[in-house]
Amino acid sequence: MTRFAEKDTAITGVGLSDVSRGATKSALALTVDAALEAIADAGLTRADIDGIATWPGERADGSGFSPVGCAALQDALRLEVGWYGGGGEAPGQYGAVFNAIGAIAAGLCRNVLIFRTMCEATARKTAYANSLLREGQRQAGPFSGYAPYYTYAAALQQALFFNLYVHKSGIRPDQVGQVAVNQRRNAALNPKAIYKTPISIDDYLASPLIATPLRLYDCDVPIDGAAAIIVSRMDVARTLKNPPIRIEAIGSSMRYRNSWTQLAELDTQAQPKVAKMMWSRTDLKPADVDIAQLYDGFSFHTINWLENFGFCERYGAKDFIDGGHRIALDGELPVNTGGGAMSGGRLHAYGAVHEACTQLWGRAGARQVKGDPQICATSTSGGPLAGAMLLVRD
Amino acid sequence: MVARTLPAIDRDNEAYWTWGREGKLAIHRCAACEYFVHPPVPFCPRCESRDVAPRAVSGRGRVVTFTINHKAWVPELSEPYVLALVAIAEQDDVRIPCNIVGCDADKVDFNMEVEVVFEQTEDLWVPLFRPVTA
Repeated sequence: MTRFAEKDTAITGVGLSDVSRGATKSALALTVDAALEAIADAGLTRADIDGIATWPGERADGSGFSPVGCAALQDALRLEVGWYGGGGEAPGQYGAVFNAIGAIAAGLCRNVLIFRTMCEATARKTAYANSLLREGQRQAGPFSGYAPYYTYAAALQQALFFNLYVHKSGIRPDQVGQVAVNQRRNAALNPKAIYKTPISIDDYLASPLIATPLRLYDCDVPIDGAAAIIVSRMDVARTLKNPPIRIEAIGSSMRYRNSWTQLAELDTQAQPKVAKMMWSRTDLKPADVDIAQLYDGFSFHTINWLENFGFCERYGAKDFIDGGHRIALDGELPVNTGGGAMSGGRLHAYGAVHEACTQLWGRAGARQVKGDPQICATSTSGGPLAGAMLLVRD
Repeated sequence: MVARTLPAIDRDNEAYWTWGREGKLAIHRCAACEYFVHPPVPFCPRCESRDVAPRAVSGRGRVVTFTINHKAWVPELSEPYVLALVAIAEQDDVRIPCNIVGCDADKVDFNMEVEVVFEQTEDLWVPLFRPVTA
């Protein structure tokens, strides 16, 4: 049988800066905080870090979407690395991890520092920076077809996919809203979450419509903050401080049209083939999963992943999340246990990996899932940018 | 409404954004196997022909999905407005982002039959769709 390279890697440490709606520190300072915490958590020193990776790499466009790249962090920490990699042309946010797995397998490095930094909260106070498309500039690239149609944010283009899903599945707003309610309930127990005041389904239904059927409480929260993880070669991982969290299986690739308009199935996006690839690389099954950190740029993504990972049937998520009991901390599949991006803040699936490891190491305090969870499914993004990882405590 | 943002024009997409001057919706089509290629690329992924070029289509289509915007993303953006993906009548997997015009936003529905109209902005003719009447 093929020996999949991810099985020779593990997450050995995690770090998280202060997460806020307006940081007093620079983006680079936040990144250094997260990176040093992750290195120390793994029981390593800066001298042990021989690779760096990030997604999507530095974008010096003032938007705060990705203000720090590998070079800036390498210089700040004065690392000596054998390999580094950033860039947005990867299968979603976890592309940085998948590239690191390849680099480790190639013998280029042993301990890779992977980070994601966002300073969108500050950017939006200082410049109009929340658009996919800038007024007054002619737009090239994947969103150019949307350019003339007032498609100012990902919310609009994702609402297209979400509305089709609602039309096909018949899910009700009070069922969709269970994702937001669940995550706020979990966030209330997470000291680093942005929004901790509980909300009810009535609050959800009263929140403003952004673009039908997407409401304010379906959206993640722009923040200032940084998350970091250390991915190590397995033989190294087993000599370190924490029980390794094995990267049991990954799903990525482009087995679909990589397009924001021409995906074969708009209402499931790229997720089904990514999930299928992940399950093809492990003997584990959906029923084995203890907890799930499912991408929640919008609540629609989380709902979609429940189906595409196989936790319930196609268009069966409405019943799975109805009432919110099964996805709660004490339910059969606790979902987005730290509050996710919708209440915890948008760290683009790296907040989700941080929370996955926190739970698998039993460090989640008041929100710790009972019963010693050992297996966590995690995922990224919507549209064609799908990626997935199955994480297992050694 | 505020001014429309416009796409950057290159050799592949020029016909799509300019043939509206003549009232024509241009979609790239393979001369060998008749497959429509969109976004426009002079290569047919079905038969590997390079004989792929813009061709006027009927301008008819159906609403695959849509959303009604309620948020004023920029000042003076009057709302609500409809953002949609329209599949052209000739080939259902060619989907065109657009605004639906010529009817109230709450009248737009899935699978609604629509036809193209163009709005000139600077040197481009932006395809929009309106309900087919009659």
